[in-house]
Amino acid sequence: MAHDPIHSDSASTVDHAHVEETHHPGWSIYWKVALILTIITVMEVWGYYVPSFVASRAFVPLLLVMSAVKFAIVVSFYMHLKYDHKLFRALFTGPLFIAASTLIALLFLFGQLVARFGPAR
Amino acid sequence: MSAPTAGHYTTTGLDSRKIAIWAFIGSECMLFVSLISTYLIYKGRSVVGPYPHEVWVSPSGEHFKPILNIPVTSASTFVLLMSSLFMVLALAAVQNKDLPKRTRGDRILGSSKLWLWATAIAGTTFLGFQAFEFTSFVHEGLTIRTNLFGSSFFTLTGFHGAHVTAGVIWLLTLLAIDYRRGLGPKDSINVDIAALYWHFVDVVWIAIFTLVYLIK
Repeated sequence: MAHDPIHSDSASTVDHAHVEETHHPGWSIYWKVALILTIITVMEVWGYYVPSFVASRAFVPLLLVMSAVKFAIVVSFYMHLKYDHKLFRALFTGPLFIAASTLIALLFLFGQLVARFGPAR
Repeated sequence: MSAPTAGHYTTTGLDSRKIAIWAFIGSECMLFVSLISTYLIYKGRSVVGPYPHEVWVSPSGEHFKPILNIPVTSASTFVLLMSSLFMVLALAAVQNKDLPKRTRGDRILGSSKLWLWATAIAGTTFLGFQAFEFTSFVHEGLTIRTNLFGSSFFTLTGFHGAHVTAGVIWLLTLLAIDYRRGLGPKDSINVDIAALYWHFVDVVWIAIFTLVYLIK
């Protein structure tokens, strides 16, 4: 059979993708991820029941950070975005960035978020 | 995975079905952020109760406690997080089906049916929690037409529940295939796509749990 460079290139690319996709973590990582997710969730709920923490300025930012960490962990390890091709990362983070920017813009537009510049009055 | 990948390869060398599911997930991000935006914009603007985090006294003098039930929702959140663990284990079991299972632990971890069942049951349990929550809200006087909170809350969580329902049906179809002819490494891309959808539903709930339930 004559050598077909087009198909042999495709095959090598496919093999490359195959190799990339098989580098997923196993049980030893997955249970640790589940444990971390559970611990963060327990911390979030515990914080909700501490009145002094709820009244503090750190309450909302800390909850948002903990939620973002959980989000990133699931996407990285369970959805394998950390190990997969960068095109998948772009397909997910691109729309997510646009959506998050729109959310923040809308919250400013409707007065749910307020930016203060200059000295406090 | 190489056989289906070779059958659906693109010029990028990646499987077209996996590109499609990531593009779909990207569009779903926009859908859910629009629903979350609506909830947050309307937050605190309801003129009548019940309210999510505040006590409410009706014009007739009836007292209502804050309507959100955090312990129940925390339990349902934990169940959904564990379902994501079960789903990755199902995928790993399908991918490693051909590997020898020497120990009892290997056999348990290598059982795709077990982990697919566990994921589907966890998803159904989450839906049960949601049905309980919706029913109790209606009994306490909060419907989709009561106030802005009710409209935006039921729309957001209802859409999410519909996605979980679709995910459970998808898992049951995979289970049916597994019982009929067995899922093996050649099917791993199909299980991978279902798993990506399932984890996406999980990460959406992570955001909803914090933004809707915990932030007062």
